[in-house]
Amino acid sequence: MSFLDTFNQLDWDEIKLTIASKTAADVEQALSASRLNHDQFLALISPAATPFLEQMAQKSLQLTRQRFGNTIQLYIPLYLSNKCTNICTYCGFSLDNKIRRKTLSMNELDAEIKAIKAHGFEHLLLVTGEAPGTVGMEYFRQVLPELRMHFSHISMEVQPLGQADYEELMNLGLDAVLVYQETYHRSAYKNYHLRGSKADFDYRLETADRLGKAGIDKIGIGALIGLEDWRTDAAMVAAHLDYLEKTYWRTRYSISFPRLRPCEGELHPVSIISDRQLVQLICAYRLFKPEAELSLSTRESARFRDNVLPLGITSMSAFSSTQPGGYVNDEFLEHTALEQFAIDDNRRPEQVADAIRVRGLEAVWKDWDNCYSH
Amino acid sequence: MLKIADKTLNSRLFTGTGKFHNRQAMADAIAASGSELVTMALKRVDLHSRDDDILEPLLQYPHINLLPNTSGARDAKEAVYAAQLAREALQTNWLKLEIHPDPKYLLPDPIETLKACEQLAQQGFIVLPYIHADPVLCKHLEEAGAAAVMPLGSPIGSNLGLKTREFLQIIIEQSKVPVVVDAGIGSPSDAAQAMELGADAVLVNTAIAVSPDPVAMAIAFKEAVSAGRRAYEAGLGSRSLEAHASSPLTAFLDDL
Repeated sequence: MSFLDTFNQLDWDEIKLTIASKTAADVEQALSASRLNHDQFLALISPAATPFLEQMAQKSLQLTRQRFGNTIQLYIPLYLSNKCTNICTYCGFSLDNKIRRKTLSMNELDAEIKAIKAHGFEHLLLVTGEAPGTVGMEYFRQVLPELRMHFSHISMEVQPLGQADYEELMNLGLDAVLVYQETYHRSAYKNYHLRGSKADFDYRLETADRLGKAGIDKIGIGALIGLEDWRTDAAMVAAHLDYLEKTYWRTRYSISFPRLRPCEGELHPVSIISDRQLVQLICAYRLFKPEAELSLSTRESARFRDNVLPLGITSMSAFSSTQPGGYVNDEFLEHTALEQFAIDDNRRPEQVADAIRVRGLEAVWKDWDNCYSH
Repeated sequence: MLKIADKTLNSRLFTGTGKFHNRQAMADAIAASGSELVTMALKRVDLHSRDDDILEPLLQYPHINLLPNTSGARDAKEAVYAAQLAREALQTNWLKLEIHPDPKYLLPDPIETLKACEQLAQQGFIVLPYIHADPVLCKHLEEAGAAAVMPLGSPIGSNLGLKTREFLQIIIEQSKVPVVVDAGIGSPSDAAQAMELGADAVLVNTAIAVSPDPVAMAIAFKEAVSAGRRAYEAGLGSRSLEAHASSPLTAFLDDL
């Protein structure tokens, strides 16, 4: 059994229709529930919930503060490689994009570690393109023990791996894995993923199950907003989370809501989500799962991040470079030749921490210890 | 005065360090609470640097005893390792043992907690285990060497108060070690009720840290704990829905 069995019972068009048919009464009923079911979540992401946004935000803020306190976790991504064997029409790393390719050597990795540590980060997100030949288990076996010595918490956003590989990486110090389905619309997924192993929709969908079976501490899921109808994709993410929570009950979960950003080989979003709608989505997830970690990246503007961070967000990236080797050169923001996508919030870590402080919250740099890592 | 292991404490209010909006607010609230035992999550402490955000402001108060906790541990093995690190880094053998493999409600694992408590007590730790309000488990932990037991009033951070009241009463009645009601205490009246039941102390974090005025709330809890304890020591009257007539119907028998 895996989520695939549950997923195959879900009908995209039927869910889309259900969301569209939600009424103000459905939204009010969802807002008064102490624990929401999936159908009530659909009401909160529906167009009918638009007039209730302020109420949702108030409740979301209150639930977030009660559960997570007045804190925001900070993390930084480290791009290890931009090599990729996939052709994905929305991604700057896509094989058919003519960008300079680079994989960090161990010396370059050490330099990046020093540059990142100088800013105080303890939580690290490792990112690569999908190139198992160059950036596969052999490479991870080298870099993880090195990184483990320097950071308290290590997450990974790389190609899906097998359960045994995840178990091995956990023993080397891996704490969390983020794996986004991009879109849960099966035929649209096929149109976006033209070549490479990422084209295997089912294998990607079952990654969270393999992680759950491996006993990883945290799994991050989500959809790339813009590829398909955002509301239906969000409904699928919520169903996925519901299933995972019940099945792998020892694992923590995080959700991200990346919006399509400009990159090499630019693609125009199919489903535009406005700032207002993104706030609605964040609040809906919070009301649905008060315990889920909600993460906001530097894809979003500083202004948007500052205003939305108290409403439900629990972790944020800061000072991100989306290209390998980007932190060594302090002027990296000027050099974008290798990057996956353009970031919007370019502020330095201390500026982001200040902005968090201004909102009456504390920026937390360390909230995990490697004594808990297998 | 409350005695746990070799320490005598004037305050029966224990506090925590998590969820505050900044470290000064944390330090001010803890100072105002009068608390002498303050728990801190090992996962938030930078073991390599003593000027860590949480630790540093507390070190200026000599009356505050640190109680590192193993929040984040999912089994006995992780908890024991975390405890050993905490002892080395913070120079204290006091430990709040927390093992919650369930990240949703953060409910404690009784089996792993008992296992870890046995090992840690043997290694010389002063162990205060966070547990469900389970009277039998409390007796097991007592035998395993726990210095106190910390049953929950309701799920951690829920502010739901004493949902486990009847079980807390049994635990308090049976326990040979101090009973500290931990988790779920959302208001000073909850804390006062726990103390009126006969709890030796309460631990409060979320209700103080998330309050718009943490210092004022800390003072309110301090006063509530003190009032609740005084009421318990004075002896509360029994409760009844029936009126007790000042001239009972059988009074005439006394004259015979």
